[in-house]
Amino acid sequence: MTYVPLTEAERASMLEALGIRSVDALFDVIPASVRYPEIDLGPALTEMDVTARVEALAAANTPATGVPFFLGAGAYRHFIPSAVGAIMGRSEFSTSYTPYQPEVSQGTLQATFEFQSLICALTGMDVSNASVYDGSTALAEAVLMALRVTGRERVVLSGAVHPHYREVLAAYLKPRSVELTTTDVRLAGAHLAEDDILARVDDRTACCVVSQPTFFGEIRDLAPVVEACKRTGALLIEVYNPTSLGILKSPGAWGADIAVAEGQPLGIPLSFGGPYVGLMSCRRDLVRQMPGRIAGATTDAAGRRGFVLTLQAREQHIRREKATSNICTSETLMALGVTTYLALLGPAGLRDVATASAQWARVAARALSAIPGVDVVTPPPFFHELAVRTPAPAAEVNRRLLDRGIIGGFDVRRSYPGLENVLLLCCTELTREEDVRRLANAMEEIVTEKTAAGAANRGLR
Amino acid sequence: MTEPLLQELSAPGRPTIPISGAPAGAPPLDIPAALLRSELPLPEVGEPEVVRHFTRLSRQNMSIDTTFYPLGSCTMKYNPKVNDAMATLPGMRNIHPLQPLETVQGALELVYELQEALARLTGFDEVSLVGAAGAQGELAGLLMIRAAHEAHGAHGRRRVLIPDSAHGTNPATAAMAGYEVVTLKSDSRGNVDLASLKSLVGEDTAALMITVPSTLGLFDEAMLEVSAIVHEAGAYVYGDGANLNALLGVARPRDLGIDVMHANLHKTFTTPHGGGGPGACGIGATAALAPYLPGPMVARRSDGRFTLDIERPHSIGRLLAFQGHFGMLVRAYTYLRMLGSPGLREVAEAAVLNANYLRQRLISAYQPAYDRWCMHEAVFAGTRSGAARTIDVAKRLLDFGFHPPTIYFPLIVPEALMIEPTETESRATLDAFADALLRIAEEAERDPELLRSAPHDTPVGRLDETTAARNPVLHW
Repeated sequence: MTYVPLTEAERASMLEALGIRSVDALFDVIPASVRYPEIDLGPALTEMDVTARVEALAAANTPATGVPFFLGAGAYRHFIPSAVGAIMGRSEFSTSYTPYQPEVSQGTLQATFEFQSLICALTGMDVSNASVYDGSTALAEAVLMALRVTGRERVVLSGAVHPHYREVLAAYLKPRSVELTTTDVRLAGAHLAEDDILARVDDRTACCVVSQPTFFGEIRDLAPVVEACKRTGALLIEVYNPTSLGILKSPGAWGADIAVAEGQPLGIPLSFGGPYVGLMSCRRDLVRQMPGRIAGATTDAAGRRGFVLTLQAREQHIRREKATSNICTSETLMALGVTTYLALLGPAGLRDVATASAQWARVAARALSAIPGVDVVTPPPFFHELAVRTPAPAAEVNRRLLDRGIIGGFDVRRSYPGLENVLLLCCTELTREEDVRRLANAMEEIVTEKTAAGAANRGLR
Repeated sequence: MTEPLLQELSAPGRPTIPISGAPAGAPPLDIPAALLRSELPLPEVGEPEVVRHFTRLSRQNMSIDTTFYPLGSCTMKYNPKVNDAMATLPGMRNIHPLQPLETVQGALELVYELQEALARLTGFDEVSLVGAAGAQGELAGLLMIRAAHEAHGAHGRRRVLIPDSAHGTNPATAAMAGYEVVTLKSDSRGNVDLASLKSLVGEDTAALMITVPSTLGLFDEAMLEVSAIVHEAGAYVYGDGANLNALLGVARPRDLGIDVMHANLHKTFTTPHGGGGPGACGIGATAALAPYLPGPMVARRSDGRFTLDIERPHSIGRLLAFQGHFGMLVRAYTYLRMLGSPGLREVAEAAVLNANYLRQRLISAYQPAYDRWCMHEAVFAGTRSGAARTIDVAKRLLDFGFHPPTIYFPLIVPEALMIEPTETESRATLDAFADALLRIAEEAERDPELLRSAPHDTPVGRLDETTAARNPVLHW
């Protein structure tokens, strides 16, 4: 099915208007040696057939609903009010393009202006763009921005920033001669500890990147790092979790220069990793170095308020190779979802989501800490994620949890080779008492089996 | 009527959506006050008014579902509803990117099949689907080219050649990838000027970035020669696949000498544009460049199960936190399975026929940029009479209920109008649109003020963009 509405008669009349007998004449310009290759994509399926096929593929997946579920690590299972999907599903929003003609794009433009306003309110920052691809590219763009602003070539990165974000940043920085220094995270005694980041921030440093909460869930006092940045003229880039800002001190209040985040927790489905929405906001005086679309308010000749894309002199279609970035999309539809979500929840709702998530994490921490051999290694206080050390490798624990119908945590070992037995668990307002009980029971069984097996092995020796 | 802002609809204390909290007996939050915020200035609107607000806003948009939207180079074709239905199945929508692989085999199989289908369609050896948008695909491609040259010890290749008709993302991408941009002239027939290419390509050239068909709506008459010249110099050809729609089933980019290319899923493969995003793209490469593709890609193991292939040692790495815009991949997969082999050429042929038909209908009043058949889009250099500026023609089109074409791009065509009808439009729609444009050309001579004061019938009139940029108001 191609959705081509032309009838044979219409096609014939159009060819006649062009004075050609066959549509092939329009493709004569393509060398005959490469024209019309055989391509096997299988038969053309009807909508009925393709639905059956994709439903079968969907049935082979285990959705995060309906099972005890403790994965977070950058993508979060939160409640999404039905109205969010209803608004995002309005095809006047979803099937429009970038608002190049503002007179007939006020829906998208006003929603974008409202999105920017809400992000500013949430983060305490002066200005926000219309969003970028995701949290990781928001960070990469923020670092590139800091390099432009400061003219410096050194980046100090906390090892407690999401490891995938650090990988993306490294890929974006590859073509440049930038010195990237990353702190180490390891187990020191009862808790995870990070090298002193303050010692690395000097007057050659373009920016210092920290995560609040950290990848391991820890909430930190950012005052010392803010002070170090102010002293050296480095920009502070804070990677935040937007849900946490329902209760936590905002990047603006801390004194961050650029704040970036993954916006997915605010009403966007997990969808196996995307599309999500990168949130990016900054200090007012940096706005002309910020990449991405930005909507602004203005008026028409009759004095009516309206919205346009603005400050476009930063962008690729005007500046070409001198632009702030090559980006020419924002995640507009996802940003609309975020806007709708925040509008529906209001301050009380977002505070409740943050509070309930943090409380459930404490319920889980209490239950897990009671199991001999299992320790929470994220230093307190944490938000809604906690790293847990277990007697067995995390991969094995996850496998055994899955055997019991539980989706466990994130095995941090690939990104932190020293941390073999550490599992990163997440709770949200969707966590249930029953889920925590099943997790704790399963963990206890796993630990007991492991201890028994260990004892048996020692006996054999 | 001016729609109030959310902030203006807010009243302190208005009930919003309640959230079920943690159970009684949950441990209290142990977070010191110094780490907490004291205020959270979000609006309080309530669900009924929130829904009305956004529904009213939606009606201030033109969209594919409401209007013919012939935006050149954007391929605004109909987006099948079944795509959205499939992407929102709970088994697709509610899966976490880091779930154990045995719990997401269906998702992995879908991605794998789409990788394979796009590889067959484009002729490339491998395709990665992790690109967030066309521009990110371009960045991936140039980072791959950079990595390949470095692996071969070719460190002096610091320049990228880009035709003057290229989209702005091409030079911006080349700069992000650390390259110097050299602009190539187009000749009088809209092809890359071969003499200019030969004089500029050399040992310092890393790549040529070329859009096929070009943003002039033309297929380069010497495409094979262009690639051969670039290859001869030891450089790679990057293909911008924004306009792939015209080539479906007609020619494989690989056969045209392209080494690495992105294909926008939100253009050719009917994923909705979302008001300017999310996009998504596949990145295809020849065997020589495929090891550098960004990941994670999906691989099929010998036992038939699917896995995320994260151990590709030469890969340029991750470009997104997770494995691409999966929701868009489900939509593109659904569409591609409906096309099947038989649908490919039908799409390209109808898209090209529609564009040429519009070109023919308009040729009496509008100046075609080039005197030959176009591919998927027809580019004009304003009206023949010169009585109207293109901006005024575009604004007047709004009064007729049509979204205007892309205007003032490509930059090398003065007063450019770039019209891409796509294949999903009927002859009746094309005729109505052509009639409107012909009438506007007449109006331009008879009553030019009518054009200059347009649009007359939209939610707002022409907006003051200069003041918006000079005194930016970026939030409430």
